Amino acid sequence: MTKIQTGLRINGADHRLEADPRTTLLDALRHHLHLTGSKKGCDHGQCGACTVLVNGRRINACLALACMHDGDEITTIEGIGSDESRSALQEAFLACDGFQCGYCTPGQICSATAMLREAADGWPSHVSPDLNGPVTLNAREIAERMSGNICRCSAYSGIVDAIGQVAKGGVK
Amino acid sequence: MKPFDYERAVSSNAAARAALASGAHFIAGGTNLLDLMKLEVLRPDKLIDISRLPLRQVERTGDGGLRIGAMVTNSDLAADPRVRRHYPVLSRALLAGASGQLRNKATTAGNLLQRTRCPYFQDTAMPCNKREPGSGCHALDGFNRNHAILGTSESCIATHPSDMAVAMMALDASVEIQSAAGKTRTVALDEFYALPGDTPHVETTLDSGDLVTAVLLPPPLAARQVYRKVRDRASYAFALVSVAAVISMNEGVLDHVAVSFGGLAPKPWRDRKVEALLSGKPPSGALFQEAADRLLAEARGYGGNDFKIALAHRTLRAVLRQATGLTQ
Repeated sequence: MTKIQTGLRINGADHRLEADPRTTLLDALRHHLHLTGSKKGCDHGQCGACTVLVNGRRINACLALACMHDGDEITTIEGIGSDESRSALQEAFLACDGFQCGYCTPGQICSATAMLREAADGWPSHVSPDLNGPVTLNAREIAERMSGNICRCSAYSGIVDAIGQVAKGGVK
Repeated sequence: MKPFDYERAVSSNAAARAALASGAHFIAGGTNLLDLMKLEVLRPDKLIDISRLPLRQVERTGDGGLRIGAMVTNSDLAADPRVRRHYPVLSRALLAGASGQLRNKATTAGNLLQRTRCPYFQDTAMPCNKREPGSGCHALDGFNRNHAILGTSESCIATHPSDMAVAMMALDASVEIQSAAGKTRTVALDEFYALPGDTPHVETTLDSGDLVTAVLLPPPLAARQVYRKVRDRASYAFALVSVAAVISMNEGVLDHVAVSFGGLAPKPWRDRKVEALLSGKPPSGALFQEAADRLLAEARGYGGNDFKIALAHRTLRAVLRQATGLTQ
């Protein structure tokens, strides 16, 4: 099979990739570009550990072909924060004990970052009482909107607290 | 995953023509296709990427309905203000399906054409008449908790997994299709899907080279719209039973009645005899009992899914009570 040239803008920097068309966006990030923050859990779109943002929307990078994202803007956990400069969600996950082993955490934080934007845009969820009403991110809404991210250590209560804190106006 | 060639389609015409090649397969969101390719359940020689075709608009049609482009994502469709306001059953069904990440990638046409989650279909070590015609079906007397009770055959008892299509069925949606010859036709959603019979590998009435370009919704009705999904966990699970209802009342009797079902059949299920039985009558527990009996008169359980008969009976009655405001 012919290799395919793909241009990806990742965390603000341009990258070129020449790879077999079978290469998923997740494998492109981890193996070709050595951005190993995004994790491979199930590799079938069920666990959410590979969640990244594509043009601002959260997706499962394991169920995306890199070559289909030529020219797209990708944000991974490396683009959300660093040791020196953590995002509000990263601070909140620390403050609220939103993890144990940490393997699902990059996916949780990427997912929550995009989810907060979806809520700010007024997107309803399965548990929203009114499809057209304002979105209140209570624990029930957060749990529903984050159901695509599984935590094997079951740190869910801390995760919901952390996201709830940021939704309410951030962590100091 | 088997190696494949990749081509990005530059137009709907070019895509439909390219799909005539043997072993060619469209890819849009890819959330179901790539999953099945990793399992080698599907092994296309060539992927034709249609994700960038200009089919991402939700537009009003001349008659006051909506034309939903085939590449509109499930997220965008669920959040569309016109869908939320005038077709709430569709927003509700979409939001009841998959996860936030998957809905951002999954498209309208891809959702219609997603494959069954029957575990025997997904396991290449098992026989499956849908995956390998003539090889047999182990779901018939195997693990069949999630399987169908209506519209089945001795060849296949797999369910269609979509929530979206169930709501579209109750909304009398139709599918716009472009052929490889460049001709456009419209097919009622009910006629878009095929029952398994002895050819369970044939799931739709699409021909080789046909490309779904849009889903059309008729003008909205002043009706109560309800989507209820019953599943094993509260979120991110397929339906055991789901019911979509679009019901209007006129002078104390049910007037327009459209009810469709997910999780029960190889296609989104709609039974006009049930609707005819309800239409023109005042709501009552006895009427709803009769409607549920009628729906399930020919239902057949296969052991693990026997419970679905009682569950569908109760869920339909609950939805009818909700849609008509019947309190007892």
